[in-house]
Amino acid sequence: MLTFVLRRLLGALPVLLAVSLFVFGFVRLLPGDPARLVAGADATEQEVASAREVLGLDRPIWEQYLRYAGATVRGDFGISSRTREPVFEVIAVRFWPTFWLTLAAMGWATLIGTAIGVWAGAKRGRWQDQAVMLAAIGGLSFPGFWLGLLLINLFSVHLGWLPTGGFDGWSSLIMPSFTLGLGVAAILARFTRSAFVDVSGEDFVRTARSKGLRERRVIWRHAVRNALIPVVTLTGLEFGTLLGGAIVVETVFAWPGLGRLLVDSIAFRDYPVIQALILLLSAEFVLINLVVDVLYGVLNPAIRLRS
Amino acid sequence: MTAAPLRSPAREFWRRFRRRHTALLAAAIIALVILLALFAPFIAPYDPTAADYDALLQGPTLAHLAGTDSYGRDILSRIIWGGRISLAVGLISALAGGIVGTIMGLVSGWSGGWVDALLMRICDVLFAFPGLLLAIAVVALLGPGVENVIWAVAIFSVPVFARLTRGSTLALKQTQYVQAARAIGVSRHKLILHHILPGALPAVIVYMSLRIGSAILVGAALSFIGLGAQPPSSEWGAMLADGRSYLGVADHLTIFPGLAIFIVVLCFNVLGDGLRDALNQKLQ
Repeated sequence: MLTFVLRRLLGALPVLLAVSLFVFGFVRLLPGDPARLVAGADATEQEVASAREVLGLDRPIWEQYLRYAGATVRGDFGISSRTREPVFEVIAVRFWPTFWLTLAAMGWATLIGTAIGVWAGAKRGRWQDQAVMLAAIGGLSFPGFWLGLLLINLFSVHLGWLPTGGFDGWSSLIMPSFTLGLGVAAILARFTRSAFVDVSGEDFVRTARSKGLRERRVIWRHAVRNALIPVVTLTGLEFGTLLGGAIVVETVFAWPGLGRLLVDSIAFRDYPVIQALILLLSAEFVLINLVVDVLYGVLNPAIRLRS
Repeated sequence: MTAAPLRSPAREFWRRFRRRHTALLAAAIIALVILLALFAPFIAPYDPTAADYDALLQGPTLAHLAGTDSYGRDILSRIIWGGRISLAVGLISALAGGIVGTIMGLVSGWSGGWVDALLMRICDVLFAFPGLLLAIAVVALLGPGVENVIWAVAIFSVPVFARLTRGSTLALKQTQYVQAARAIGVSRHKLILHHILPGALPAVIVYMSLRIGSAILVGAALSFIGLGAQPPSSEWGAMLADGRSYLGVADHLTIFPGLAIFIVVLCFNVLGDGLRDALNQKLQ
């Protein structure tokens, strides 16, 4: 088990390295003087000069990268060219809103997705199954930002029940998290249904049924428990989808999170913040994948032994 | 017991696909939308960028079937013209990403060894970015605009197709007919093109259809947050961003462009599902 985890950890390292190289090269790939870009459009000559010195642009490229990597590990991402605050602090305040948003969205997604997935699987081939699968493909095709606008229009503008945006108490969390979670709920529903149908054909389910257990017990105690193993993994992987989706949903609901920070920073060409956000979000995604991989190995010994 | 009649793969596909009425309907709607986009200058009732200050923010009327926006521009005409952009984003990026990814997968699966290891590591890195984030990173680098959105979406489609095709290639390499062809000295070039590719193609086609749908969604999302098509473009996501300021005042501004995106993406997804069933592919 330990070697399995170590092997996976080592496998993730080159990916993280490549991501950091990409982010490091990011500003240097842009046309124009990187120092001016980092210092900001309205920077004085002196600020540009100090940015050049901070970036160490006069030094050899490998030394620049080592300095960059070292600073990153210490949590030093430079200074925002928009607010002149340390990037770390700019990002830190935005972290929790996005954390709660994605967590609540995942709550909706697993709740709705697995429940209707199991229901459709249990009613396989009947109209309930077809209705759920139709709804799921509709959910997959629904533009999140459109859903957000429709919800705001109904519940905020017309009914006045919920705030239109911002992060202010749990009621402000309902619409953004539902909007973000719906697409993942649809993916999970489809996946859960097919996992459930696969498991339903297994011998142990037939045995449970033939020894006279009630259908409800067969479904929940025997089929669902086994069907959910692959669903757990997929749920982990879909966190990445949520991180991406959050960028759009946060824009719709004026949510003070990382996604909107990224969009605003792109609009203002605040490259230090853009760099740090891309690095952090990618690293987060790599880490989640790693955890999912390990979790899968724990749940399914066959995978662990094969590698 | 009589043996099932032997049909060519294409005929067998059509026999199965024909029975999937929803998929056929989706294909028909897609064809219609493509025609509307191609012949937009002849079909759209108004100039999509022409302002009419006598008809601002009108709801649907006989003169303007989908109403007008804050400049008095006809929404229906804008949606018809905007279809060109959304379809271009979806089709070009999925095709480009699909072709590059398929070639990568074929080479990777066939060659094995260090070539395989290198190409798959590249895919790992591309996979390390959540799709939309990678697209945004590319746009942040190249600057906003539709062309850059197409590039961005194409790039993040590559690893998906590469992995998919590599898997099929590895499986097909072991089949008897490929082994036999190899044994009688068929060239590598011919082996891959005539024996491996046809076997790998069904999965690629199915995924392509699903991918076009998600590419259109990503393109619209990027335009919505201001990184894709710029005003006065009538890209559907950009139109939604316009309509946002008039929620509760002129709801048709947010309803119709959103409906257009939803219907087109839904059709590509339904078509993809139908193709998957008809081609007997097991994909998630």
